[in-house]
Amino acid sequence: MTTLDPIMRYSAFNLFKQGLRGHRGWPLAWRAPTPAKHYDVIIIGGGGHGLATAYYLAKNHRVGRIAVLEKGWIGGGNTGRNTTIVRSNYMIGSNVDFYEWSMKLWEGLSQDLNFNVMLSQRGQFNLVHSDAQVDAARRRGNVMRAHGIDAELLDAQAVQEALPQLDYRDSARFPIYGALYQGRAGTARHDAVAWGYARAADRLGVDIIQNCEVSGFEFSGERVVGVKTNLGTIGAGRVGVAVAGNSGRLAQMAGFELPIESHILQAFVSESIKPCLDHVVGFGAAHFYISQSDKGGLVFGGDLDGYNSYAQRGNMPILRDVISSAVALMPQVSRLRLLRHWGGVMDMTMDGSPIIGPTPVDGLFLNGGWCYGGFKATPASGWCFAHSLANGGHHPLATDFTLERFEKGLTLDEKGMGPRPWAH
Amino acid sequence: MRITCPYCGQRDLAEFAYGGDATQPRPDEADLDAERWAQYVFSRKNPRGWHQEYWQHLHGCRAWLQVTRNTATHEIAEVGLPHGQ
Repeated sequence: MTTLDPIMRYSAFNLFKQGLRGHRGWPLAWRAPTPAKHYDVIIIGGGGHGLATAYYLAKNHRVGRIAVLEKGWIGGGNTGRNTTIVRSNYMIGSNVDFYEWSMKLWEGLSQDLNFNVMLSQRGQFNLVHSDAQVDAARRRGNVMRAHGIDAELLDAQAVQEALPQLDYRDSARFPIYGALYQGRAGTARHDAVAWGYARAADRLGVDIIQNCEVSGFEFSGERVVGVKTNLGTIGAGRVGVAVAGNSGRLAQMAGFELPIESHILQAFVSESIKPCLDHVVGFGAAHFYISQSDKGGLVFGGDLDGYNSYAQRGNMPILRDVISSAVALMPQVSRLRLLRHWGGVMDMTMDGSPIIGPTPVDGLFLNGGWCYGGFKATPASGWCFAHSLANGGHHPLATDFTLERFEKGLTLDEKGMGPRPWAH
Repeated sequence: MRITCPYCGQRDLAEFAYGGDATQPRPDEADLDAERWAQYVFSRKNPRGWHQEYWQHLHGCRAWLQVTRNTATHEIAEVGLPHGQ
């Protein structure tokens, strides 16, 4: 492994030293290499997951030369299109320990990458609005605690003390009965995650090649031995796919189908206002989640639009739906203006859980099906996918995230929706 | 997005519920082959472009429709009844 160049390292000392020179001496955070003829591992997709995979592959495994191919610019896809929430409140199979490992990696990530990912463990309240939801929250909390994850069931009074700005009137459409609280949950700066992983991977010798779109695969017999791109054909020992909403298209190029549909998810940011919301809040009566960014905007989102789409933009009915959830929960936001509003393409699996591991094609590996929970999974996803690319098979934390689980009846349906990907 | 229901005319998206991919053939009920059923239940072509899909005019005439829609542009080319009825 290459050692860190002391000038490149971000530290108070270097900040001071560069400050004396008018900050003109900072080198580029990562190189812009021309692609080599052959790499031992090629990762398609330069989002958080692809870059994290490259970083952990270079750091934890010895596989030779690694490249990340990105069709646009790094972090320009879903990494920059989410609501930045980080949590580990899962209940079924591999999900529980996998997301907790992700949480633990988040907690040390800024130090590990020497890049401030601005992790803010402000705590998440998942509100419950009926006796049945209280029981479900208690069960989920107990599963989490049995796995060593922090979880606390709060009654309405405790929630009101922490979140006085919600609607607690008797006339509220969905009265608040309490909340399942995870104190270590919170938010992280999404762009910094892509930049931090890119810089750290680059320092370990990974080639990050932007504006390089994959249009097909090279085969030798049944085995993938390279990728065709707009920059020419690049040979590869193994190829990993981490392309979020475009997983289905890459699978089609390789000649197989996935238990995945691409769906559109919209998210919203309001104009900046003074601090009014210290935590992440999930509304239990509808699908809605909200937090306040460091710049003061309220960042929130809700359900999928609910039909197959690759458009990166949604329609009005869901906007109305999400805004009415916001107003039902926090009536005082009704006169806020929206600053930004965007859509991202989600690869929704048939059970709402991800896929990390080998595919039916020899030499080709898939990291996908993150539905709309991919951001929080970024570190562990990279960690486990790096293991698959280096050793084949599945990482012990991801043994349930197989492609075969569907035909074997071993689905991980956290929400209990069945094979309707738009309902997860 | 608006969908032109063959019975009700052009209506807003909010009146419709999505029914998913209309291209996977349902195996015969006597067919006990697990692989074919898994293919039907779970496997999707998931194209970027023209897509055959079911919609129900839920808050209207409640008819099930088969729609040809472009997943990259949201353009709708054709609305008919399922299975060419």
